[in-house]
Amino acid sequence: MASLAVLVLIALACLIGPALTGHDPERAYPDLRQLPAGLTTQPDAAHLGPALERLAFRMRARLDAVARDGDSLRLTLGSDAGVDRRSLVYLPRSALFDAPEVVEERDSGRSLIVAVPLRRLHFPLGTDIQGRDLLTRCLVAGRISLAIGLVASLAALLIGVLYGATAGFLGGAVDAVMMRFVDVLYALPFVFFVILLLVFFRPSVLLMLVAITAVEWLDMARVVRAQTMSLRTRDFVRAAYALGLDARRIILRHIVPNTLGPVAVTATLLVPQVILLESFLSFLGLGVQEPQASWGVLIAEGARSIEAAPHLLAAPAAFLIATLVALNLLGDGLADALDPRAE
Amino acid sequence: MIRFILRRLAQAVPTLLAVITVSFFLMRLAPGGPFDLERPLAPAAMENLRRVYGLDRPLIEQFGSYLASLLQGDLGPSFSFRDMSVLDLIARGLPVSATLGALALALATGLGVSLGVAAALGRGGVIDRLLGIGAALTLSLPSFVVAPLLQIAFGLTLRWLPLGGWNDGAPSHLVLPVITLALPQIGALARLTRASLAEVLRTQPVRTMRSLGLPPARVTRHALRGALLPVVAYLGPLAAALLTGSIVVETIFGLPGIGRYFVEGALNRDYTLVMGTVLLVAGLVIALNIAADLACAWLDPRLRARI
Repeated sequence: MASLAVLVLIALACLIGPALTGHDPERAYPDLRQLPAGLTTQPDAAHLGPALERLAFRMRARLDAVARDGDSLRLTLGSDAGVDRRSLVYLPRSALFDAPEVVEERDSGRSLIVAVPLRRLHFPLGTDIQGRDLLTRCLVAGRISLAIGLVASLAALLIGVLYGATAGFLGGAVDAVMMRFVDVLYALPFVFFVILLLVFFRPSVLLMLVAITAVEWLDMARVVRAQTMSLRTRDFVRAAYALGLDARRIILRHIVPNTLGPVAVTATLLVPQVILLESFLSFLGLGVQEPQASWGVLIAEGARSIEAAPHLLAAPAAFLIATLVALNLLGDGLADALDPRAE
Repeated sequence: MIRFILRRLAQAVPTLLAVITVSFFLMRLAPGGPFDLERPLAPAAMENLRRVYGLDRPLIEQFGSYLASLLQGDLGPSFSFRDMSVLDLIARGLPVSATLGALALALATGLGVSLGVAAALGRGGVIDRLLGIGAALTLSLPSFVVAPLLQIAFGLTLRWLPLGGWNDGAPSHLVLPVITLALPQIGALARLTRASLAEVLRTQPVRTMRSLGLPPARVTRHALRGALLPVVAYLGPLAAALLTGSIVVETIFGLPGIGRYFVEGALNRDYTLVMGTVLLVAGLVIALNIAADLACAWLDPRLRARI
């Protein structure tokens, strides 16, 4: 139950969280790159000074004095050629400040005093290499990871259940041919084929969905077939047969609903496999492409800068691992609950 | 038994043929070629290269000649590694991957099975409960997270072990990759062993042995023999996967194994190298599955009838 709560929490956070963090996942703060995780309000003194120096250089002005007044700065800008007021737009553009207001002009324009409201920014998990808020990025990436996990698992579930139920119910030669086909697919080094597909035909989310589904439906087909075989000779199926129902209706109405227990367990354990495969492909650069990101993409980014900023790996990895552990425990719990032989 | 092996090998032929056909045509359908460099070659040079490698002939003819050379045990020349044949490359990379894989397999089997047995014997105990969470955890730790973490902990912070590289298989260079490879499988094997042994311990013969007063250690030994069947069946494909190298582990630790050939070969359109790697993996999967079935038959006399 705890694992279900964790899952719901992560899913909800990914769904509505990005709207609450106050950051756009694509918005980069060039002056605040690779901030560590923490609750301090940004920009803090350590980042404000260098940021102002850079801005003054851009504006071709000297920074004669800086005074802080609560949430607002009072800058004295100087330039022998006169301070160009139009260059003030650089201040809000840096994303650290709101629109400035000219307070006073001195020396016929060679000195300008402006009041600049400071923006108060929070980065609970720090920022990435480009200065984007890591928490927002993780949550938005989670949407893609979870969506791929769910969609590919559902597709694999649908194909696997129908295929397995048909093979198991019809039996005989049809069953032999159908399951022989599954056996052959099992022997193929399938992850290799997924990689081949993604390398050759430009990686896209849709292609990855198709490729992952093609790998993962096999287990489901086997589980459902085994279950169907044992159901086939049960009285209620025979009764349906005697009542003259056709095979399609018997499979959909009587067989499939009765396989749902093992199917639920297999499906729950399928989702973490799919998410893991997706993040593995994304880690190799074959999965989700920029500007979209999944947890695998973020982990790959983090692994590249692990010495300078370990939190860039830790944050997305924590999201991924928490999700996978919760799903695995949930699957185990379901299996125990549905196992009639459990102690 | 010989007949069983021969029959299984005969069944493997269509599978291998399917693998070869699918990967051959999939690769040729893909845009790009092995000689597409950043600076395009002169058309005449391109023509010559394509003729030398036979790429100018009809696809079906190329497929035929590839199959013919395969039958003679020749995997062809590599397109991207100059003057190397695919066999040379495999001979160079396989020892690296196989060493790591064999060590990881030994570590995972030893630890996993012992933990599983301990958990099954002390059901509801400390080990059992820890294993429930521990197995789910190790199964959920992706190797591309574990590897960098190990590098930080033991390579950068403690400075006990090197960050990567092969260095002719020096033991210190093997430790981190082997742990990374083995970790998820320890959890998987422990869970499998626990479930299987717990079930066997509930069966009638085991109860009879207990009621006859056999010492617990002997009972466990008898029960274990039956309980190892699913474990051995699982070890077949696992061994194939571990021995043929891991793309992630070899990339992160900078190891010259064959796991890397695959992605590099695919990116460079090195047709023969990719085909060779795929064939090697498929062949090993089939061979080790047969070996696992034989081992199961040795463990369980009832299965021998079918062999």
